[in-house]
Amino acid sequence: MARYAVLIYAHDSAHAPDATPQDTESCDRHSDELVQDGSMVVAYALTPRDMATSIRGDTITDGPFLDSKEVVAGFYVIEAPDLDGALAIARLNPVVREGGGVEVRPVHSGFVKGEEDIAG
Amino acid sequence: VTDAAAVKTAVADAHRREWARVLAATVRLARDLDLAEDSVQEAYACALDGWARVGIPDNPAAWLTATAKRRVIDAIRRDQALRSRLPLLVGPEDAADEVARPEFTAADADDPGEALPDERLRLIFMCCHPALAAEAQAALSLRLVCGVAIPDIARAFLVSESAMRARITRAKRKIATARIPFRVSGSAELPERLRGVLAVIHLLFTTGHTAPSGASLVRAELVDQAMHMARMLRELMPDEAEVQGLYALLLVTDARRATRAGADGRLVRLKDQDRSQWDRAALAEADDLIIGCLRAGPPGRYLLQAAIASLYADAPSYDQTDWPQILALYDRLLEVWPSPVVALNRAVSLAMVAGPQAALAEVERLERDGRLSGYQYLPAIKADLLSRTGRTGEAADAYRQAFSLAANAAERAFLAEQIADHAFPT
Repeated sequence: MARYAVLIYAHDSAHAPDATPQDTESCDRHSDELVQDGSMVVAYALTPRDMATSIRGDTITDGPFLDSKEVVAGFYVIEAPDLDGALAIARLNPVVREGGGVEVRPVHSGFVKGEEDIAG
Repeated sequence: VTDAAAVKTAVADAHRREWARVLAATVRLARDLDLAEDSVQEAYACALDGWARVGIPDNPAAWLTATAKRRVIDAIRRDQALRSRLPLLVGPEDAADEVARPEFTAADADDPGEALPDERLRLIFMCCHPALAAEAQAALSLRLVCGVAIPDIARAFLVSESAMRARITRAKRKIATARIPFRVSGSAELPERLRGVLAVIHLLFTTGHTAPSGASLVRAELVDQAMHMARMLRELMPDEAEVQGLYALLLVTDARRATRAGADGRLVRLKDQDRSQWDRAALAEADDLIIGCLRAGPPGRYLLQAAIASLYADAPSYDQTDWPQILALYDRLLEVWPSPVVALNRAVSLAMVAGPQAALAEVERLERDGRLSGYQYLPAIKADLLSRTGRTGEAADAYRQAFSLAANAAERAFLAEQIADHAFPT
């Protein structure tokens, strides 16, 4: 099995500090499904773009790194036999039908504190 | 029992003088701006009652801080989620210890670990964290540190009140969620926040120099706060040219304070002000600073503004002002600070050098640009230029437009007079 990172692009993250379970329902349900079928390795939901801080050179600025319509709202790593398998999983992400999209990237290597090397 | 009027005055006085210091000390315990603001507000409300019963305390700031801190602790205790939040609350100071010992102590006011000697300055440096947008830094500082009302802040930034409210709420949310610390940990962080801090002090000064609304032209307490902070900053960072530049700019501008309004409170234009009443000692101090800094290196925004202001002030009369030199300085200023407000002020000196017609073309270009829509000084300057080219009727229209945008009583009275003069020329 290979590992793929899925970057979620949306106008903004639904996971605001004061988000209700309803606000994040579709993301959470999809995440649970991937956990249950065993393909989810690790997943992070990020807070909205207003909470972002960027560094370029010596300069720190308020807001996301790229000034674009979409931001990275979260990311997760899945296990799949090949790219087609990964794309089949990634396209199920509800954001794809909600005006955003996902980017699938093969993982080279990685680290999570307290775990073994999670290299693909 | 203390006289109710005396208590009211004492509380109002403490609000003006001590708000920022009390808030800064409370924020450090609460680690939450909204909770701190609410608690400080409640402490002031308690003072009205409490001081009437037991008398006005010797140290109102200490009383208010202790009361506000008790409110914070009560609120935290009431909070059912205390346990889950406890890890967030425990910072470099031990929060549990603070809960057990809520009295105001000297250590709260004067922490030797701090890089800054003054609570207000400390709070401004915190608000000017680079992770907050520049306008948010300034807006938040004016609101929190200087207690300026949101409609007045909105006016200073040429945005609507609701937009300003949203901006401040958003900044507070980011501080809470991203956990921007309520202290400046080292002096290394000071220079990178300096630009924002200077902008805040300048804005505070201009807000006081020409009050955005209300009956009087000047809000002396804001001007004095800004002067005080600029002076402290100078002692703290003597090698920063822009710190000197800002201080010089405030000195020159404030030197004219006594002559900017007549005995009846009405606005007096620069060309009509009594130059013999200007504070010559302040002007001389500023001149020395400006000359010294101009020799030291390429001038920044505040130094250039100070140099322009001092050229105005040093001229024996309005007509004998060195307009070509002022125009040249405005050109430099526009390079380091390309703002439409600077371009508009440049047009005033352009009129003196190249005539009102050339300046009018420039003002009309700025009008089309749209960024200054809602800025009362654009139609006011345009009106003056139209009047000088003999287009009296159009001048009256432009003065009317300025009048509809102005909210300060002294400025409105001045503009009303101009409308009358131009609509019905004698």
